Amino acid sequence: MIPLTFFLILAALLFGLGIAGALLRTNAIRMLMCIELMLNAVNLNLVAFSHYITPGVFRGQVLAIFVMVVAAAEAAVGLAIILELTRKRKVIDVDRTTLLKW
Amino acid sequence: MREYAWLIAFIPFVSWLLIAFFGHRFKHGGDKIGIVALTISLVLATMVLVETANVAMQGEALGAHGPALAAAAAQAPEMKGESPDIGPTFDRSITWIKIGSIDITTGFQVDPLTAVMLFMVSLVSLMVHVFSQGYMHGDVRYTRFYATLSLFTAAMLTLLLADNYILFVISWEVMGLCSYLLIGHWFEKPGPMMASMKAFITTRIGDVGMLLGIFLTYWATGSFAFKDIAAATAAGKVAGPMLTAMAVLIFMGAVGKSAQFPLHVWLPDAMEGPTPVSALIHAATMVAAGVYLVARSYPIFHLTGEALAVVAYIGGFTALFAASIATLAQDIKKVLAYSTISQLGYMVMALGVGGYTAGVFHLLTHAFFKSLLFLGSGSVIHALHTQDMHEMGGLSKKMKVTTWTFIIGTLALAGVFPFAGFWSKDEILLAAFNSPFKLLFWVGILVAFMTAYYMTRAVTLTFFGKPRDHHKFEHAHESPSNMTVPLIILAVFATFSGLVNSPLTGNWFAKFVHFGAEHGETSLLVTGLATAAALLGILVGYAIYGWNVIDRKKAIRAAGPLYTALKNKWYIDEIYDATVVRAYMAFSAFTAWFDQHVIDLVVNVVGWAGYQMGLACGDFDLEVVDGAVNGVGAGVMAGGSRIRRVQTGYLQAYALALFGAVILGIIVYQVIGG
Repeated sequence: MIPLTFFLILAALLFGLGIAGALLRTNAIRMLMCIELMLNAVNLNLVAFSHYITPGVFRGQVLAIFVMVVAAAEAAVGLAIILELTRKRKVIDVDRTTLLKW
Repeated sequence: MREYAWLIAFIPFVSWLLIAFFGHRFKHGGDKIGIVALTISLVLATMVLVETANVAMQGEALGAHGPALAAAAAQAPEMKGESPDIGPTFDRSITWIKIGSIDITTGFQVDPLTAVMLFMVSLVSLMVHVFSQGYMHGDVRYTRFYATLSLFTAAMLTLLLADNYILFVISWEVMGLCSYLLIGHWFEKPGPMMASMKAFITTRIGDVGMLLGIFLTYWATGSFAFKDIAAATAAGKVAGPMLTAMAVLIFMGAVGKSAQFPLHVWLPDAMEGPTPVSALIHAATMVAAGVYLVARSYPIFHLTGEALAVVAYIGGFTALFAASIATLAQDIKKVLAYSTISQLGYMVMALGVGGYTAGVFHLLTHAFFKSLLFLGSGSVIHALHTQDMHEMGGLSKKMKVTTWTFIIGTLALAGVFPFAGFWSKDEILLAAFNSPFKLLFWVGILVAFMTAYYMTRAVTLTFFGKPRDHHKFEHAHESPSNMTVPLIILAVFATFSGLVNSPLTGNWFAKFVHFGAEHGETSLLVTGLATAAALLGILVGYAIYGWNVIDRKKAIRAAGPLYTALKNKWYIDEIYDATVVRAYMAFSAFTAWFDQHVIDLVVNVVGWAGYQMGLACGDFDLEVVDGAVNGVGAGVMAGGSRIRRVQTGYLQAYALALFGAVILGIIVYQVIGG
């Protein structure tokens, strides 16, 4: 049986990828995709911990489903914002949309 | 009937309200309202008089409302004396003002004095109301005139009915107001305007004394009600200088209102008012209120010889003094005005020498014949439009009724048998003769002579001889019937009213209106002297002005300074101008200066200080308070402008900060919480 550590390492790698992408890429869609990546890394952790620490009880799994739902909603709102942004300002880079500064 | 006596005063009051508010809607400006009201009052007054007389003659009192003094004595058994009887008194009073233990009552009382006065006032007032329809016809303020006449009559009747000094003073002042309004009826002209103010202010001077006297009376006796005061003085609760002070101060009111020397100056000037007003207010009723005041306060006066002496000498002097001016007055109304002052002096003198009945009796008869004379002069003025007797003459041919009634009035005033004045003047002289004031008796005789003289002069100049102003004479005509009928009625009273106190009726009046038991043996000497003086006066007057036995121009030159002094009314007005008025003006100027330079200085300094203080406060506000407020604001602004730099708008900067913060939090957690 694959030990828990493997899952944790994979999740950490995924989270690291996600956060690097979110911080370093300026393309809004890429940022959104990286955020999904981070969320899924967390999901992987949740499921893994649930399976190994309290087997037979599906709390972590259920929470993972919730996170997916929230992620879907977040993606919908985020994509809608990005769509409007592209339409109105013809840009997709978050660097060039600093409207909410002081 | 006597319990409804208050209606006598109340009905003219209602009439005043009606005329004042609705008079202009009526066809004749509401004059009929006043006449109807006064007719009702006269009927009621007659009924009250008859009932009071019946009760008095039966010598018994109705029920519990017996003689006020007996009742008062019963309430206070410790009192030793009883005030002299003034006849059956009907008194109804209620508690008016209650302040702590002080209980002030008000109400009305009907005694013989009130009853006869009520009858006289309502009769004369009715006659004047009727007469004014003709005299004031077409006047600009006709309605106002009638309204004020009604109010005046209501006030006078209230004064007579009052059973306490408070109500008395209230109606007294309302009369003063009406007098002011009616003298100044034609206020567009400067004369009436000034005269009205003079009348008001001069009488006020006396009123101040009267009010002080009344307060003193209250202080000494603890009551404003006449009956309580009478009981208190009779019991000897008040005596000596206190009593004299009370009496003299109260008498000051009478001096002002009844135009006694030295406050007589307003009455001649009051002749600027319409003549019916002069007849009603300045001859028959209001000026007689002063005499009534003394008569009503007689329970105070009769116990203090000093005050009575003051009253007697002021009255006697006024009688002589005013009569002397009347002998040379040129204006027919001025003659009558000075004659009124003189006759009021007579009444006051009578009260001073102890002739209570005589004074009241003369007050009554005088009211009839003097209002008759005034209305007669009004009729003449109405016909000729002048008051100067030197522009009259020969009017007997054109104005028969006026002439004859005026002559009746003159004979009554002069005191010729059997006219009213004969009986009342005789009573006064008799009272003076029987008193210690012998000098005043001779003054009275002299005044009787002068009265007969100046009235004969007035009649001769006005009605006989040749007309001196032909233009005016041509236009003269007898007055309409609503003016002559009152003259005739008053002439009847002027002729016969004296008989009520003659041997023919057994001196009925003296039995009815009296103060204690008066005794006066008739003296043929007094009657003879008085009649002789009157006849001599008439004779001399007619000799000078009718037969022209002496050259008047030469007589004037011979009299010299005396003539000038008399013609200038003894310079009393000038003396007042030089002393009282100038002193007052100087005082006013001083107070004005004081006001300008001292009070204003203080005010200005206070104002300046306030202004400076305000400036300082303003500076403090601007510099310190605003500075603090603005400083706080500026600090927040400065802080905010630095802190807002954090808000870069770079989404990834926020995300980095978030991530960094989480990392930091984990590190901290690991280090501390381990």
